Amino acid sequence: MIRFISFCLLFLSSVLVFGQSKEKGKNFKKSIERGALVYEDFCMNCHMPDGKGVENVTPPLALSDYLINNREASIKAVKFGQSGAIIVNGITYNGTMAPMGLSDNEIADVMNYITNNFGNTNDKMFTKEEVLKIEK
Amino acid sequence: MKNHISFLLIFITISFVSCAQQVESEVKVENPKNLNYTTELVVKDLNIPWGITFLPDSSILITEKSGELILFKNNKKIKITGLPEIYNRGQGGLLDVIIHPKYKENGWIYFSYASEQGEGNGGNTAIMRAKIDGNKLVNNQLLYKAEPNTTKGQHFGSRLAFDNDDFLYFSVGDRGNRDENPQDITRDGGKIYRLNDDGTIPTDNPFVNEPNAKKAIYSFGHRNPQGMFKHPTTGEIWTHEHGPQGGDEINIIKKGLNYGWPKISYGINYSGTSFTEHTSLPGMEQPLFYWVPSIAPSGFAIVSSDKYPDWKGSLLVGSLKFQYLERLVLDKDKVIKREKLFEGLGRVRSVRQGPDGYIYVGIENLGIVKIVSKL
Repeated sequence: MIRFISFCLLFLSSVLVFGQSKEKGKNFKKSIERGALVYEDFCMNCHMPDGKGVENVTPPLALSDYLINNREASIKAVKFGQSGAIIVNGITYNGTMAPMGLSDNEIADVMNYITNNFGNTNDKMFTKEEVLKIEK
Repeated sequence: MKNHISFLLIFITISFVSCAQQVESEVKVENPKNLNYTTELVVKDLNIPWGITFLPDSSILITEKSGELILFKNNKKIKITGLPEIYNRGQGGLLDVIIHPKYKENGWIYFSYASEQGEGNGGNTAIMRAKIDGNKLVNNQLLYKAEPNTTKGQHFGSRLAFDNDDFLYFSVGDRGNRDENPQDITRDGGKIYRLNDDGTIPTDNPFVNEPNAKKAIYSFGHRNPQGMFKHPTTGEIWTHEHGPQGGDEINIIKKGLNYGWPKISYGINYSGTSFTEHTSLPGMEQPLFYWVPSIAPSGFAIVSSDKYPDWKGSLLVGSLKFQYLERLVLDKDKVIKREKLFEGLGRVRSVRQGPDGYIYVGIENLGIVKIVSKL
């Protein structure tokens, strides 16, 4: 029994350590919270509540290699819209996402949300200054 | 122990049952057995062709959501200038366009768009009419502007249709305010409206004598109608609307009636939880048809021409979600068969039957296709 309990404790602590590699600052957390609302309002219809998109139609955000590896292009897509082929997790999507008319603040918030949700993790906070710099 | 297990079983059963069971559409969508038609691209290079309408000289008037009004004439796109300021946020932008039934005599075109006009931050749906002079709009007249403005990105509605008496109908969605707008006739949003063609309120609108009511309201309890047409034989206004997760609907719009959103719905929240336990309540209309799962319907037409003999009387609905055109076969006012057509062409945004009898379909990131016989 003692063995079992210590195993559980070990398991729990490893989840804590590996699951949240770095504790995020207060501003980062607040931004993610606001981003959740932006997501619900502007993104969820197509990218779905679980961020998995629609097979062969809307690319997933959940565990998306494109999102994690293309920081600038991802901001650009949210800021100015996206059209033309992109490859996400090995599947080619050739659709259009209209620009949503979000403010730079809202874009930073929603980027922080989607890169820290649906199984994604990101420690480098998006800020409105970073979004402002991205040009068409 | 036995007690414990039975308790657990009861608990599990209850939690499953209370987790919003949805009833799927009775009639399932299928692939057509024989498809006698194909598509022909007539207008290329469009992003989001939200609305399409036809002028008597067979040119096509097209709205791009981003805020461009395009006249497609002699195989050329002409940009029409003179639009009002368009609020381009979320689902808002330049939306539907139609012409007056007596366009040849009066030259009026009508369009819907998201507008920041009026008080408060954000925008809401507006309806305007204007005339085309050369390549610009003139005589712009704002006929309606829904209130209040909001920065919410959802549910502008926007579809337009005239009935046989030249009344103008249009939809405004609930603007992301489900719990306040649709059931309250003193507020805009979640409604089908009816106006005279000059924007004045018809004297026999259902709520003209209700204190504080928005007098232009014709029916209420809608979520986000993005499909509307006048039935060619009955003259009734038919609409469809987006449900939440499941619960898209087709309705025939009748004066003063409550279509139930969000008190009754066949849909559930996106998160999987339910917001109402009712699919029907007294005093609220049942849809002619509901979709579970949702197809995200946009664009709506009924085939009345002789160009498609085996489709005559069918409803055509675009699916944004699954990127096909859905054909629904009716027996009187009941859907008895559903087919998915031209799957994979793209997100279908608009569907209209042209004056030449052909069906035209606006598809995102592609353009406008015409449905023609296979050779």
